[in-house]
Amino acid sequence: MTVGQISEKLELKAVTVCDADRTAEGVYIGDLLSWVMGRASTDDVWITIMSNINIVAVAALADVACIILAEDVEVDEDVKLTAKEKEINIFTSSKTAYELATELSALI
Amino acid sequence: MNRYYYDLHIHSCLSPCADNDMTPSNIAGMATIAGVQIVALTDHNTVKNCPAFFKAAKRQGIIPIAGMELTTSEDIHVVCLFERLEEALRFGEEIEKHRILIKNRTDIFGEQLIMDEEDNVIGTDEFLLSNATDISYDDVPEIVSRFNGLCYPAHIDRQTNGVIYTLGTLPLKPNFNCVEFHDKEKISEVTEKHPVVDGKLPIISSDAHFLWDIRDADAYFELDDEPYSSELVRHRLFEKLRCGF
Repeated sequence: MTVGQISEKLELKAVTVCDADRTAEGVYIGDLLSWVMGRASTDDVWITIMSNINIVAVAALADVACIILAEDVEVDEDVKLTAKEKEINIFTSSKTAYELATELSALI
Repeated sequence: MNRYYYDLHIHSCLSPCADNDMTPSNIAGMATIAGVQIVALTDHNTVKNCPAFFKAAKRQGIIPIAGMELTTSEDIHVVCLFERLEEALRFGEEIEKHRILIKNRTDIFGEQLIMDEEDNVIGTDEFLLSNATDISYDDVPEIVSRFNGLCYPAHIDRQTNGVIYTLGTLPLKPNFNCVEFHDKEKISEVTEKHPVVDGKLPIISSDAHFLWDIRDADAYFELDDEPYSSELVRHRLFEKLRCGF
């Protein structure tokens, strides 16, 4: 399923959408960036509450399909700018990581 | 007693996130211009630019400290300082065993350059230096003390990799005599919110990643430096940091 379709089904709010046609193949949840860096897989949807600018670098390194920031975590302007530059898809949602993951499990 | 301006947290071009202009020689030069007399080089999880920094600092007449900004397994940054360069280098070798090896992507994180004192690149580190090691926050003081070093949590006033943001507060254990602040204006606010910080010696340092991050001399310690030698000043600084307030 594409990132764009996931966004629609889960009613996500778009922060940066650089490649809505990218296909997501799995889900990874985690907030410790060093941990995520070594464990998230290519094409994962990465759910986190960490909104620091370093999430962009980690998403690029792990080559995830998109980041979903759970529980309405707010994103600073510099994160948006860097995400656009590195072509990282970022969404936010009011749902918890658990709620997002259960919905995703029915889709992916 | 004399006043010594310090900056005990500066990154060189070996840290992936630091500018390539942060050569050991440029840092020593910029610190001299800024009027800072005691400068610690604290790259992420490495000390490999410290030998060049010592030579460059000597040329400029500033007092160098060999250090490291260690990333714990919880992604918390801890500043580790050593009175002797040789011990810092041995500590660096120990930390090598605890790194989690992820290939550095220079397009994302930047280059990691090892330099000599003349700004020549003499090597690179091919694995990312800034990510977590497998050493927990609780275990850092013991490992550092094995090499006669001292340590304290870095930039506790910052969200990114600061202990308070990561763990919710400054835990009582392990006990640190010092805590580092990036902004001295935040000291009272943080102390009010987290009374456990009260009574610890605040170290104010720049965490410079670019030459222009190196601040004009401001934070200082009064140190007894008679009869003067740079070794004595360094020793007095370590005494001060070890006892805290």
